[in-house]
Amino acid sequence: MIRFDNVTKTYPKQNRPALDNVSLEIEKGEFVFLVGSSGSGKSTFLRLILREERPSVGEVHVLGKDLAKLSNWKVPHMRRQLGTVFQDFRLLPNKTVGQNVAFALEVIGKPRATINKVVPEVLELVGLAGKQDRMPGELSGGEQQRVAIARAFVNRPMLLIADEPTGNLDPQNSVGIMKLLDRINRTGTTVLMATHDQAIVDQMRKRVIELDQGHLVRDQSRGVYGYQH
Amino acid sequence: MRAQFVMSEIWIGLRRNLTMTIAVIVSVALSLSLVGAAMLLSSQVSQMKGYWGDKVEVSIYFCNKDNQKNVKDTPNCASGVATQAQIDAVHTQLDHNPLVQKVYTETPEQAVQNFKAQFPDSPLAPYVTPDYFNNSLRVKLTNPQLYQEVASQVLGQPGVAKVDDQSAVLKPLFNLMNTLQMVAWIIMGFMSVVTLLLIVNTVRVAAFSRKRETGIMRLVGASNFYVQMPFIAEAAFAAGVGALLASGMIALGKLVLVDMMLKKQITLISFIGWGPVVSVMPLLLVIGVLMSSLAAFLTLQKYLKV
Repeated sequence: MIRFDNVTKTYPKQNRPALDNVSLEIEKGEFVFLVGSSGSGKSTFLRLILREERPSVGEVHVLGKDLAKLSNWKVPHMRRQLGTVFQDFRLLPNKTVGQNVAFALEVIGKPRATINKVVPEVLELVGLAGKQDRMPGELSGGEQQRVAIARAFVNRPMLLIADEPTGNLDPQNSVGIMKLLDRINRTGTTVLMATHDQAIVDQMRKRVIELDQGHLVRDQSRGVYGYQH
Repeated sequence: MRAQFVMSEIWIGLRRNLTMTIAVIVSVALSLSLVGAAMLLSSQVSQMKGYWGDKVEVSIYFCNKDNQKNVKDTPNCASGVATQAQIDAVHTQLDHNPLVQKVYTETPEQAVQNFKAQFPDSPLAPYVTPDYFNNSLRVKLTNPQLYQEVASQVLGQPGVAKVDDQSAVLKPLFNLMNTLQMVAWIIMGFMSVVTLLLIVNTVRVAAFSRKRETGIMRLVGASNFYVQMPFIAEAAFAAGVGALLASGMIALGKLVLVDMMLKKQITLISFIGWGPVVSVMPLLLVIGVLMSSLAAFLTLQKYLKV
């Protein structure tokens, strides 16, 4: 699903690499936490997978493709098989919940009939049945993140990338979101989640990858957040 | 491609950026009006050249009774009215000149008919008689620029009263038209720069204000075309409206300036009809839409990374 081969990423005008000689593999269907303090390289790791950045050295393979060999015009097609969720939800405030989810399908040219069918389905899956016509501003943070997850998942991606999805939520809402991500994972979708949330990592006991100053310092199945090495 | 969705996105974009859109429309309209005006001036010039150019001749007038009376003006006519033999001699000479393409003869009787045909409403028409006119030869040259060579050969021959280069009369007029055309092109050049900068800035502002949308589009895998299309379509739409306004303005200009003013005051010149005006309009639309789409596209390459 994802393979990093000796990947180093150095940004222009920076001495220290953001990611330093990282090699790892994530299999299909896994649930993986990506942990580490700010500046440890988590965001760079995710940006490399989304091909928003290219590695300085090494190879990044996503869905069996070497991203370095992927031409620019094929990148959108690759991204259609990935779903992405962020800490700040990134919803469109002037569109309804339904329109926000439909937007993801409209801009890749899906026919109206398909959209009308799958949008209510995915809203029900994330627990927002009946809230299709609400505006994002009328929803709680947890509900807004559910809309964002619905939008990321509506195209049934192979891989869901979540960058601190619970970062803006209270513990109760965080648990709800984690249950939802776990459910999505059980449908066969690989989930890669970057987080600072110790309680969640400790509770879920999934694979944990830890980065520290660009180095891969831990890769542990059924790990916890604060593992001492 | 979901046309309805794209159209509604474009409409929202245009409304959100209304003041800038209006600025682009007005600016495009002015630039394109100048393009249209310059093109119409040039077709007016070629129309006049065509009209007279066919008939630009060296006109050779032979002595008649009037010339004989006013020998001071036409000293060559002292010996009397030109004889047919004298006319034939000049005619033959011209026929052998390689610079001459064709020679037409005009008798005073034909001249009267031509006058009446050209100025049917003239109050003088009933009073014109052949006595007022000369026998003349109208010469069409292979190259009108070489007028002087033919004129000097004929001038001073027995019976020749005077030789006219008819294109000389029109030269100042052509110069004026060419200057006007040049001025229109220059102003148009500056206006185009302003218009293009305005479009670039409008697209930049639009791209910035819709960063969130385009960011989401990128993430969910919308193609570059899909992400950029609404911006380009907005620029094209504004330019299209501008082109329609410009078409209206040149039509109004032709109606008021040419048909209602100039045509009534200057009867000697043949003015352009509606044909060239109408054929310029689609050209303005194409130029406007293409230029602004291209400007928008190039702007997006810089401000909307995919």
